[in-house]
Amino acid sequence: MRPRILLGLSTLLILAALFMVFIYVPTDKDTGIIQRIFYFHVPVAWVAFLAFFVTFVAGIVYLVKRNPFWDIVASASAEIGLVFTTLILITGSIWARPVWGVWWTWDARLTSSLVLWLIYLSYFIVRAYVSEEERRARFAAVVGIIGFVDVPIVALAITLTRTQHPSAIIFEGGLAGSMLATLLVSIAAFTALYLLFLAVRIHLGEDEREIKSLKEAMRE
Amino acid sequence: MDGNNIGYLFAAFGIIWLMVFIYVFILLRREKSLRREIAALKEGMKKP
Repeated sequence: MRPRILLGLSTLLILAALFMVFIYVPTDKDTGIIQRIFYFHVPVAWVAFLAFFVTFVAGIVYLVKRNPFWDIVASASAEIGLVFTTLILITGSIWARPVWGVWWTWDARLTSSLVLWLIYLSYFIVRAYVSEEERRARFAAVVGIIGFVDVPIVALAITLTRTQHPSAIIFEGGLAGSMLATLLVSIAAFTALYLLFLAVRIHLGEDEREIKSLKEAMRE
Repeated sequence: MDGNNIGYLFAAFGIIWLMVFIYVFILLRREKSLRREIAALKEGMKKP
């Protein structure tokens, strides 16, 4: 999809999500207004997981085909995933403070999320320290593939361990219709935003490759 | 208590959009600089 179409689509969906989160959806009876963070926190987490899944798949395709385009896709998606994982940690911490009384606790969901952030930070450290292009792409692909193992651990942490984090209420059917609709629109908005970022970031990666080939052509 | 929590809600909301806008700004700046570099390289290749 073209970036302009994605920009229009994500703008429309974001406006719809803002209307639904702040005006349409009723306030939760038990936890009050703070529960509305849920409609941003969950979509942000969804986008981070999706981004790392794309990095995982693009990494495998790169190792099989050795086409540099897939390395561009993998690194572009990992960068967006890292931005959104940072947002998971920040919004989760802000939500925890009034509900649990602490900004941070070392429970399974939070700790595995922090580990996820560190894994993909190391993905970029690897990219920064390996200068040879083919080796850098290969090493990064391996980190991206192995690092993805932590995504299901983060997702399952709330069911496999005793944790303070709320359970997966969406899959348990515990959400009212209006709340589910708001969540789905917000997920669609953040997904469109991810696709827009990915398209732009891939374009930048291709520009960087063009610069490299132009420099090589000038040397010859 | 709920009134106090509005601050937390808007802090979370504000940080998300602030970070999204910072990321957009970084991407746009990077694109501008790459475009300029490509144009300069192409110009340099034209010269004999």
